[in-house]
Amino acid sequence: MAEKVIEAKKKGQKKSSEDYTYVGMVFHRLTRHKLAMVGAFMLIFILLFVFVGPLVWRANPNEQIEGLGGMFNVPSRAHPMGTDDYGRDVLARMFFGGRISLFIGFISAITSTLIGALVGLVAGYYGGWADDLLMRFTDAMLSIPVFPLLIALASVFGKGVWQIILVIVIFGWMVDARLVRGLVLSLKEQEYVEAAHAIGASANRIMWRHLFPNTLAVLIVSTTIGIGGAIIYEASISFLGFGVQAPFASWGNMLQNAQQFIWNSPRLIIYPGLAIFMTVLGFNFFGDGLRDAIDPKLKL
Amino acid sequence: MDNREVLVDIKNLRTFFYTEDGVVPAVDGIDLTIHRGEVVGLVGESGCGKSVTALSIMRLIPNPPGKIIGGEIFFHGQDLLKKSEEEMRMIRGDKISMIFQEPMTSLNPVYTIGDQISEAITLHQRIDGAEAKKRTIEMIHLVGIPEPERRFSQYPHEMSGGMRQRVMIAMALSSNPELLISDEATTALDVTIQAQILDLMRGLQKKLGMAILIITHNLAVVAEMAETISIAYAGKIVESASAKETFKSPRHPYTYGLLQSIPKFTEKKTNEPLPAIEGMVPSPYHMPKGCRFNPRCPFATEKCREEEPEILELTPGHLVRCFYPIES
Repeated sequence: MAEKVIEAKKKGQKKSSEDYTYVGMVFHRLTRHKLAMVGAFMLIFILLFVFVGPLVWRANPNEQIEGLGGMFNVPSRAHPMGTDDYGRDVLARMFFGGRISLFIGFISAITSTLIGALVGLVAGYYGGWADDLLMRFTDAMLSIPVFPLLIALASVFGKGVWQIILVIVIFGWMVDARLVRGLVLSLKEQEYVEAAHAIGASANRIMWRHLFPNTLAVLIVSTTIGIGGAIIYEASISFLGFGVQAPFASWGNMLQNAQQFIWNSPRLIIYPGLAIFMTVLGFNFFGDGLRDAIDPKLKL
Repeated sequence: MDNREVLVDIKNLRTFFYTEDGVVPAVDGIDLTIHRGEVVGLVGESGCGKSVTALSIMRLIPNPPGKIIGGEIFFHGQDLLKKSEEEMRMIRGDKISMIFQEPMTSLNPVYTIGDQISEAITLHQRIDGAEAKKRTIEMIHLVGIPEPERRFSQYPHEMSGGMRQRVMIAMALSSNPELLISDEATTALDVTIQAQILDLMRGLQKKLGMAILIITHNLAVVAEMAETISIAYAGKIVESASAKETFKSPRHPYTYGLLQSIPKFTEKKTNEPLPAIEGMVPSPYHMPKGCRFNPRCPFATEKCREEEPEILELTPGHLVRCFYPIES
């Protein structure tokens, strides 16, 4: 009996990190992270909802049911989430609105993280006037009140998905830039950076190959949280009426649209609100776990 | 006296640091010659400019605040100080390599051992991935790490300090450098591991024939390794001789003091305290006038307090910077 336990323990120990490739190790460690798994299930649910849902429920999201009888229908067999003020099928709008919202979230969060990382790396690595210039610019961007300018920009660039992404990126990279700069300031004093110099690595190589991967742990968390943030941003912009334009749906403009009917049909707010809530929370949970999993120093 | 070809010839190197509190003459006129295949020890207390000398050779002085303000570093007859950054990059890690003091932090935590050694190889040699991997495994094997294939895909945190220092040596030697600079490479290791690493370095030196510049404050390390020893004090070389001469008949009072302060096993047990050099290393902001060692020197005279002695060759190959060298 005791031997069996020892045997089993040995078997368990045998699966140390070196039996896996890096990606395999990260995956293995992620599956053992409870919060990350909760987040992953939430995200999988959302993704299935948004991408597989329309295959099952084939309603046209922009089709209006004519007549008074088509508006504000409560959930029924014909419309599982009811209809909105134009008599459109809310479930179908949730599907297609979600696609738009997730797309905006992904693209703008990843782009702004990359821009922030680039600015932070250059500022932190070179220091001196490059640092001063870039960081003062970052400070200036941070001190601009976002919403008035957002509205101004939206009216300059016009209204549409790519315009929203552009606006979110313009206002989204600063925090990452500061984060990365701070990290690089301490990382570049590490001896492995000196060692990299000593084997003849160039400045570019040291920045992108030696410093950047060491900031990834932080950047991944910041990106996943950023995706949530961008979805909320999109919702806010749409809420103000400058986002994705009718008849096309996004979770944000569904919320905006529903605000007038908050007392009569609260479900019109609850559905997209809940979807945004789940997505943002899912990304945050998953990002947290991913950070722990990709750090080879951390024993999980 | 040494008829091997001169590999590195440092002449009157001066590297200063410009800090907020003033100018620190970390290296203020260091001369050093390293022949092909020679093992040279550069010994001195903390802050005497040993490491700055090493970083100056590599041209890795952080600027600002540091700057090489004078002197020449000839490598194969070419002045490294006149080379462009691009040219220096081709030399670093290829012709001249360096290993550092802190093996725990000298490896990038996010890459495997294999990745890091391969990088050192592929930066200087045009070979494909498979070839680089083969060569990396050879190098891991060469530095005495068991199971090279398995170690190849391990991360730095999975290895002990001694193993990591072996990896650093493998990286440094992967391009067959002509000069290896070891900056306190064994200081952070415990004594048994220190001995293993020194053994390894000596063995590899015999096998590969590169010159080594050993920078340390530990006389025992140079005694074991070096053919020639230079003693640095407050940014200057005060004595330079063969290892044998240095230990047998030190001529500079500072060297003499250093050797006296090593406990010896052969001596009879006494209650006498171990002799130590009086006083402290001078503050770099206020270097004493005259000979820099004069405030601590038991033999100092008025002349020592006024004039700075030149370094002189007393006997062939034995240079001393002192007005009143100790008789041998």
